[in-house]
Amino acid sequence: MMSSKEIPEDEYYHDSVVRFLVMCSLVWAVLGMAAGVYVAAELVWPDLGFNQPWLSYGRVRTLHTNGIIFGFGVSALMATAFYSVQRTCHVPLRLPRLAWFTAVAWQLGVLAGGISLLAGINAGKEYAELEWPFDIAITLLWIYFGIVFFATIANRRIKPIYVSNWFYGALIIVIAMLHVVNSLAMPATLFKSYSLYAGSQDAIVQWWYGHNAVGFLLTGGFLGMMYYFLPKHADRPIWSYRLSIVAFWAFTYSYIWAGPHHLHYSSIPDWVQNLAMVMSLILLAPSWATMVNGIMTVSGAWQKLRTDPALKFIVLSLAFYGLATFEGPMMAIKSVNVVSHFTDWTIGHVHSGALGWNALITFGTFYFLVPRLVGAELYSVRLANIHFWMALAGTMLYILAMWGAGVSQGLLWLSLDQIGELTFSFKDIMASMPPYYLLRLVAGLIFLSGAVLMTFNLMMTVKGRATVRIRPPAVSTSAVQS
Amino acid sequence: MNGLQLHKKLEENSALLIFGILFVSSIGGLVQILPSLFQESLSTPTANTRVYSPAELIGRDIYIREACSVCHSQQIRPLLAEVERYGPYSRAGEFVYDRPFLWGSKRTGPDLHRVGGKYSDIWHRVHLLNPRDVVPNSIMPAYPWLADRAANAGDDIQARMRALQRLGHPYDDAAIEAAPAALANMLEVDALIAYLQVLGTAYVPDDSDEHGAEH
Repeated sequence: MMSSKEIPEDEYYHDSVVRFLVMCSLVWAVLGMAAGVYVAAELVWPDLGFNQPWLSYGRVRTLHTNGIIFGFGVSALMATAFYSVQRTCHVPLRLPRLAWFTAVAWQLGVLAGGISLLAGINAGKEYAELEWPFDIAITLLWIYFGIVFFATIANRRIKPIYVSNWFYGALIIVIAMLHVVNSLAMPATLFKSYSLYAGSQDAIVQWWYGHNAVGFLLTGGFLGMMYYFLPKHADRPIWSYRLSIVAFWAFTYSYIWAGPHHLHYSSIPDWVQNLAMVMSLILLAPSWATMVNGIMTVSGAWQKLRTDPALKFIVLSLAFYGLATFEGPMMAIKSVNVVSHFTDWTIGHVHSGALGWNALITFGTFYFLVPRLVGAELYSVRLANIHFWMALAGTMLYILAMWGAGVSQGLLWLSLDQIGELTFSFKDIMASMPPYYLLRLVAGLIFLSGAVLMTFNLMMTVKGRATVRIRPPAVSTSAVQS
Repeated sequence: MNGLQLHKKLEENSALLIFGILFVSSIGGLVQILPSLFQESLSTPTANTRVYSPAELIGRDIYIREACSVCHSQQIRPLLAEVERYGPYSRAGEFVYDRPFLWGSKRTGPDLHRVGGKYSDIWHRVHLLNPRDVVPNSIMPAYPWLADRAANAGDDIQARMRALQRLGHPYDDAAIEAAPAALANMLEVDALIAYLQVLGTAYVPDDSDEHGAEH
């Protein structure tokens, strides 16, 4: 078997690559959120683009979404996957040089990709805007990520593969599949290509990708983070191991069907839309099963919530996870979607997930992880507590502003008078939006400021400190076989 | 319990786990995407739908470059209010030469699928260069640089058309040969307007549109 009773003398976990990725993730968080705040301001004051192409709304918004997903999100997932896979397998990362190469090349790729988006190099598919040379680079780096991750698992000293690794594994496998299939294109020049699929077929492929990038990256990947760091932090075992098994496979099976709910009432076959609606509703069950599993895991460790800002972030993120995964299936019901589709409600929904769930669980994880990486206390617990309230206030205000804007857009657009004529012109409805957009800008600013506070706090925590060298614990043979 | 014992195998064998994830996660896509890729009605153009001219194609690529689809949809749903506001609902056959599709997911501005012919070229030019000159409350960005650059500045129109030809778009070689000449003296803003003016015009309403708002 893979186990050996003695841990070699010179064997340590590879944590400096984790530290590098966490720091990169923090930088992308601030830059990506700042880009978001900027485009929010442009919707209030449209001349903020100053007639510069690279400052115009379309380009900067694309930078915002890509910077957050691929810079902040993926760096955080890579960091926590590398950190937790070593601890759950009781072995250092395999191929540490490849891990370093992947981590550094990914950052350079995000940087170059961001610049290309500002330059207007855009493939035109949502959340897959980077052009074909970047698509090839992403594919290669993603495969390297997978090689390091699975080689480490194959080398493990603990026989069972812990549940967090299933989610990280699903992240790696499914995102690879989605990315390759959706990005297939015919290059015309170095920076211009045309999708292999056209029209309605392209739409179905794109939303299979788009929805499941949310599913397996922003949901599944971060559930991997939750399944390792929440029990670790609460110092409690997972509440129900069996529930985690059932929820994982139900999640992996059913999520993939839900994509076409982004295309309700559009020019794709009705059966595809209806199937997606039904599967979206079914998806609520595994989503909430995982949430319940997480919340119940903290149960019994509630006293920690009084003093520990990191755990507060993680528990709150589970609440927003529950909200977003309830709202999603509701918006996938065709008669609700008639109102919500194309409106700011969608933007609000995305942010209740992205701010409330992804960002908050990452913040909580970083507050827990970073001090441990350098063997020190957090620089300031007080600042972290202030950040907690800013993050909560920012998220709530953001969602409220977008609910207000979105529901009024949806209803006013559809509104007809007694003789069946449109009640309002598009311009009139748009003219009622500035208050909502201003509130959203304020919400974004509050949230961004909190992220800046955290970045400062964590930078001060690691400043001048070396990464702690930690050895895998010795595992008794009986434990391996049990 | 049997299920748990079965699962024990999965979680103790990384190759099985990888295979299991791949298998379980691919079913939905196979059921939804494969039939759609082979459904001819989704790839058959409506009677008047044709490939984009060189100017329209460049204009469309500018539309993509500036990410116009972030704020403008190109998909009219079969709802009464929507058909009244924008025109006949969108048909799959109108999009068969759209790579990628540009239906969008957000209407910060109005839908543009049937904007073709609704405004004059001059209106579009003024509006694109500074929207607030014609729509005082508009929050659309101004695009003055579109009037600074030649439509074929990259000198790559033939490469673009050939790439589409390889994907099966019926461009003949003579048309590709003549494309640079067709773009001579044309600015980016002209190309974009050419694209906007052709949007949604291929569809000719017939009697069945009386019932167009039903679904």
